[in-house]
Amino acid sequence: MTLRDWFASKKKEKSQQNLDTNAVNNRLTDAELCQLWTQCYKCQENIPTKELRSGVMVCIHCGYHFRIGAQERIAQLCDSFEELDALLIPDDPLSFNDTQPYLERQKEALQKSGINEAVVTGIGQMGKETVALGVMDFTYLGGSMGSVVGEKITRLIEAALDNNLPLILFSSSGGARMQEGTFSLMQMVKTGAALAQMHEAGLLYISVLTEPTFGGVTASFGTLGDVIIAEQGARIGFAGRRVIEQTIRQKLPPDFQTASYLLKYGQVDMVVPRVQMKDTLVNLVRLHRVSSGSTPKRSTSKRGKKEKSAAGTGS
Amino acid sequence: MDANKITPMEFEKPLIAMNEKIEELVKLGQETDANLESEISRLRKHAEDIKQKLYSNLKPAERLQIARHPQRPNFLEVARLLSPDTWVELCGDRGGTDDRAILGGIIEIPTGKSESQPVMIIGTQKGRNMKENLEHNFGMANPEGYRKALRLFQHAEKFKMPVITVIDTPGAYPGIDGEQHGIGQAIAFNIREMARLRVPIISLVTGEGCSGGALGIGVANKIYMMEHAVYTVISPEGCASILWRSAEFASQAAEAMKITAQDLLEFGMIDGIIEEPAGGAHHNHHETGQRILKALGGALKDLSKLDGDALVKQRYDKFRPIGAFKETAK
Repeated sequence: MTLRDWFASKKKEKSQQNLDTNAVNNRLTDAELCQLWTQCYKCQENIPTKELRSGVMVCIHCGYHFRIGAQERIAQLCDSFEELDALLIPDDPLSFNDTQPYLERQKEALQKSGINEAVVTGIGQMGKETVALGVMDFTYLGGSMGSVVGEKITRLIEAALDNNLPLILFSSSGGARMQEGTFSLMQMVKTGAALAQMHEAGLLYISVLTEPTFGGVTASFGTLGDVIIAEQGARIGFAGRRVIEQTIRQKLPPDFQTASYLLKYGQVDMVVPRVQMKDTLVNLVRLHRVSSGSTPKRSTSKRGKKEKSAAGTGS
Repeated sequence: MDANKITPMEFEKPLIAMNEKIEELVKLGQETDANLESEISRLRKHAEDIKQKLYSNLKPAERLQIARHPQRPNFLEVARLLSPDTWVELCGDRGGTDDRAILGGIIEIPTGKSESQPVMIIGTQKGRNMKENLEHNFGMANPEGYRKALRLFQHAEKFKMPVITVIDTPGAYPGIDGEQHGIGQAIAFNIREMARLRVPIISLVTGEGCSGGALGIGVANKIYMMEHAVYTVISPEGCASILWRSAEFASQAAEAMKITAQDLLEFGMIDGIIEEPAGGAHHNHHETGQRILKALGGALKDLSKLDGDALVKQRYDKFRPIGAFKETAK
C-alpha cells in the first residue's frame, strides 16, 4: 500500500463511520482541535487545524462552516466585550426527571460547553459601533431556551433600550427547553414583549440565524429582527425535518430549511458567509444609524434602575 | 347534549360498567315487579362514590383525555354559548388564503339587562367528526391562520373592541408550506403585536394549548383555563419521543411537565380556572357556557377600566417576571 492509498482508505473509513452531512454537526472537541489535521464534515478533505483555527472555522476547500461556540463567535466579532448577567444559572422548577435528572444534565452541559447557560450576552465594540450582543451556544443543552436564556435576552434588550443601542442576537437552538415546561414556553412571550418595546423605541434589531435554529427560538426573537440574516450553511425552521416527514408522509427536498431555501422563500433578508459577518453587521448598524439620524451613545438610564430579584415567580 | 350518546374515555370504564348494571336492574325491576329498589339505590350510591373518586383524583394524562374529548365544546360552540345569535364571521388573511384552522369574528356579549358589548373572538377550531376535522385541519393552523388573527387583532384595536381568544390546538401544523411561508415568523410577529395591542385581550384555554401554536393567539391581559385543560411547551407525546425516545411514555411526560390548569395557576401563569360540570365540559355544554360567560364577563369589566397604555403595561408586567433561575454571587 502506498502512502497515498493509505490516506485514501483512511479517509474513506472515516467518512463511512460518521461523516454523514445530515448528521448533527458537532462542534469540534478540544482533542480534535489539537490534532494536526481536521477533516471537513462535508467535502472530507483534510484542513490544517492551525489554519482552520486562525480563520473563522470555515473549510478552506469547500466553504463548509464548522459549528462554533459563543465565546469563539464573540472573539470573531468584537474588538472588546463586556459580559452582562454572567452569574445567572438555571434552576429546576419542575424537579424534572426523565431518563436523567435535569440538574445532572445541567452539570454535564456546563462541563461540555464551559459556559453556564445557552446564551452569552453583553455590550460589544464592533469596529466603530457599540452594540448589545447576545450569542447562543448549541453545545449547552442544544441551545435550548429555558428561563435563563429568556431572562438574559430580556435583560439585554432592556440594556439596549436604556443605552439607546442597536441589538444583535445570534441564534442557535433546538427550541424550547422541555425540562422547564411552561416556564420555558413563556420565555417566548417575555422576549417578544421586550422586543415590542424596542420596536416602539425605533431601535435596530438584527437577528442572525446560525446552524441550527428551530422551534421556540424561530417562533419568537429569532424571526423578529428588523433585518434577518441567515449564516451560510445554517438550517433554520420551526418544526424539525423528521416531524414534518412523519406528518405529511413524503420525502422533503434536500435543500429544505437551508439558509438559501429560506432566502428563496422570502424568510430572510440575506445569506452571509461567516468571514463577512462582522463587516456586514457593522455596515448595517451604520446605515440604520445614518438614516434614523441618531448617534448611538451610552446615555444614562431613562427607565430607572430595575429591580433585580434573585429568582422569578415560580422558583 | 344527550348524556347517553357521550363517548366514554378509557379511565371511565369502571363507572360505565356500574351504570350499565344499574340500568339492567332498573329494567329487570320494571319487567318482573321484583322489589329491587334498595339494591338499585345501593348501587347508585356506589356509582356516585366511584365517580367522586375518579374525577377528584385525575392524573394529568386523564385530564388530557378529557381535554381532547371529541364532544368537548369547540371554538364555534363556545362562541355560540357566549352569545347564541350574534356571530359575524370575518374571513381571510388578505394574502390569498382563509385558513380554516383559526376562525374569527364579532359577537355581542351581554353585559347587563339590555346592554351588550361587541367583542372580537378568535380561536383554533377543531371538528366534531372526520369531515369537519379535515376542513379545520384538526385545529392546526398554518402561517396564514396566524396572519388572519393578526388582521383581526388590529381590526379590534381600530374599533376599540376587546379581544377574546379561545385556544384548543395540538400545535401549529408541521408542513412544507408552513415552513416556506414562515410559520415561526407568523407566531413570533403575533406575540410581539399582541404585546402592544391597546385593547383588552383575554385568553381561554378550553382544551389543549400546545406550544407556539397556542402562544400565537395567547398573549393576554388575563388567561383562564378550563378545569381539565392543559397548557404545554410540547405535546406529551412529542416530549416523550424526544426525552424517553418513545411516545409510549406520554403519560409520564404529561406528569413531569406539569401541564394542568391547577399547575399553571400555582405557577402564577394564569388568572383563573373555570370549573367544569361533573365528568367534563362535554357532559353539559350549556352549563359550561354559563360558567365561561361569568368568568369572561368579570374579566372584561375589570379590564374596561384600563386605558391603552395601562393595558400594554399590565400585559408586560404579567409576563416579565415568569422564569425560574438563580443568580449566584461573584
